[in-house]
Amino acid sequence: MEPKEKSGSFIFRNGRVIDPARKLDGPMDVLVLEGRIAETRPQISLGAEFRSEVQEIDASGKWVVPGLIDMHVHLREPGEEYKETIRSGTHAAVCGGFTGVACMPNTHPVNDSATVTQYILEKARYEGFCRVFPVGAISAGLEGKNLAEYGELQAAGAVAVSDDGRPVMNGLLMRRALEYAGTFELLVISHSEDSQLSAGGLMNEGPVSTRLGLRGIPAAAEEVMIARDIILAEMTRARLHIAHVSSAGSVALIREAKKRGINVTAETAPQYFTLTEELIAGFDTVYKVNPPLRTARDVEAIRAGLADGTIDAIATDHAPHTSVEKDLEFEFASNGMIGLESSLPLILGLVRDGTLTPLEAIAKASSNPAGILRVPCGSLREGAAADVTVIDPEAKYTIDVNTFRSKSRNCPFNGMRVQGRAEMVLVGGIVVFSAP
Amino acid sequence: MSFKRKDLLGIRDLQVAEIEHILDLSRSLKEINARSIKKVPTLRGKTVVHLFYEPSTRTRTSFDIAAKRLSADTYSITGSTSSMVKGETLLDTMKNLEAMKPDVFVVRHSASGAPHLLAQHTEASVINAGDGMHEHPSQALLDMLTIHDHKGRLDGLNVVIVGDIYHSRVARSDIYGLTKMGSQVTLCGPPTLIPPDFELMGARVCNHLKDCIPEADVIMVLRLQKERQQQMLLPSLREYSIIYGISPAKLKNAKDDVIIMHPGPMNRGVEISPEVADGPHSVILDQVTNGVAVRMAVLYLLAQDRSSLPDISRPSSPE
Repeated sequence: MEPKEKSGSFIFRNGRVIDPARKLDGPMDVLVLEGRIAETRPQISLGAEFRSEVQEIDASGKWVVPGLIDMHVHLREPGEEYKETIRSGTHAAVCGGFTGVACMPNTHPVNDSATVTQYILEKARYEGFCRVFPVGAISAGLEGKNLAEYGELQAAGAVAVSDDGRPVMNGLLMRRALEYAGTFELLVISHSEDSQLSAGGLMNEGPVSTRLGLRGIPAAAEEVMIARDIILAEMTRARLHIAHVSSAGSVALIREAKKRGINVTAETAPQYFTLTEELIAGFDTVYKVNPPLRTARDVEAIRAGLADGTIDAIATDHAPHTSVEKDLEFEFASNGMIGLESSLPLILGLVRDGTLTPLEAIAKASSNPAGILRVPCGSLREGAAADVTVIDPEAKYTIDVNTFRSKSRNCPFNGMRVQGRAEMVLVGGIVVFSAP
Repeated sequence: MSFKRKDLLGIRDLQVAEIEHILDLSRSLKEINARSIKKVPTLRGKTVVHLFYEPSTRTRTSFDIAAKRLSADTYSITGSTSSMVKGETLLDTMKNLEAMKPDVFVVRHSASGAPHLLAQHTEASVINAGDGMHEHPSQALLDMLTIHDHKGRLDGLNVVIVGDIYHSRVARSDIYGLTKMGSQVTLCGPPTLIPPDFELMGARVCNHLKDCIPEADVIMVLRLQKERQQQMLLPSLREYSIIYGISPAKLKNAKDDVIIMHPGPMNRGVEISPEVADGPHSVILDQVTNGVAVRMAVLYLLAQDRSSLPDISRPSSPE
């Protein structure tokens, strides 16, 4: 972990402590001793023996929450270090309030082996600012043909498997992946897309794609695969997680599956509860992403799915690209947007507009993804590693990509007026970020 | 009114008065094309670069003749987008050309929006000569001029566009232009080639020729690309031709003065029979003739010194 400091001891005074794992929301102090949470309760009085070594931090007016977890990012290392590295990506993460990120396996080489997983974890240990949870591949080489070695991957530290970026088109392979992952109780994360239905599409299919003459990706391309994967999860009783849910129909399918007791969880990302396809009208490639930005009706459905608990987690699908991939004809530009340094204020926006309570918002950004990934994070309970995010919910500012720590600039929220930011971030009791 | 835009990227952006202005100017420029010495010095010293990333004979020649009849110097750069993806980017190509100080880029590209990307990065004017499935504004303008020549008006006419609407930039530009000018546009073809969203652009959709031909004042026939069979959009060209091909038999119930148009290139015997293409209702070659005049008008309006116009501010795009 960087910077290489000894874990400190801190007491956060008078903050609004929001700890969804324990359903706590109220004014409290949080005491961190030697890298672990020692106590969370109102008005902690420190014994004389502690007073000299515990740093007092006034958190009044701030939220003190378990460190945020982004369960879906692309760190691009190994292989595309010009877009992002483990160092730059985790630096961006802590600036955005995150203390842990799950990184997708579509690197070069693909993370389909213990060797690559170990490489990522090793790099993260020496250069990373936050915790890194590698996600292994579902299929060897992401080729959609044979299973990757899940046992080896898990032993090396992988927390889940996914062919993210590429759908598993072969239904039998998906069935086998779910069955085999079940042996290890390993989570299978589905990038749900029927690539034959999306047929080389460039944006959501509908009036805007028709008008612009850009080939469309129908919502059905996402929904038929979610339906398939839900049915396979029911059959195999495996743990299925649906990545980047973007359409109203997808929300309805997952809602119904949960009602039937199927073991499925789901995430969405800020772009899907904030932006619509209309933004593509000027052919600006910063809005090119897969799944694509959809309609206002879909945005409303995603928000409703967040509000009623159908969607468990908010991730970013942080996907760095440079001008090499983006300053092109819309058709030739790469899909993807970065989000680590813009996600928190947009999540807080869901609280201000009444979609989520503060407890629900922090659950979707911390305890829920931690629980889905089964990583020991996401709570301020005593004895836990001190991964803490202090949020200033009042700070108003304009998102400016030029201040980002990410190596890439492809953020669609650049220039947006927002409210709320990370003020201080601790990982294992080490201050990894402190607002300037 | 004067035309104050830097670029001509699409018909959707244009006001009715701007379309009328271009059509009026085209009519007055037509006379030059009838002279024995077909050249005026209007754009002498101006440089027009044709940047064609997609094969084109008619449109490129038409723009080139138009520019040369106005005395502009013209240069053609042709290439395929596949080589572009591997090598120099579109923006780099354009920036290199811009360093040689051209006044106008005429751009044909297989990717929708490519001319818009260029227009944002160059001070020169950009004319969209067809981008992907998006727009082909000069084609729509020459279509409107041709229809007006034959019908004396655009307002209140029934225009039926037949064929592969989905993939057609000509159809999109024609829908925008003709509906703005008061025509009723009906799109006819199988549902695989006409997404229902076209109704939101102000067009009617009709799947059967027999239901729309009797009312038609104009029938615009679109080229059917042979690849559409492989894309599961059609069972066969044969069946398409039987159901949607425009033949004398299909025109039995048409109005006596119906005109038949086609943006070219034609697949004779597929979407249009030779008897119709060469028949008395066909105005297909008038379209080509008018293309030169319309492109002269567009080049004239964009390449003249904007600094000499009373107001050089660019109207904001409706996007």
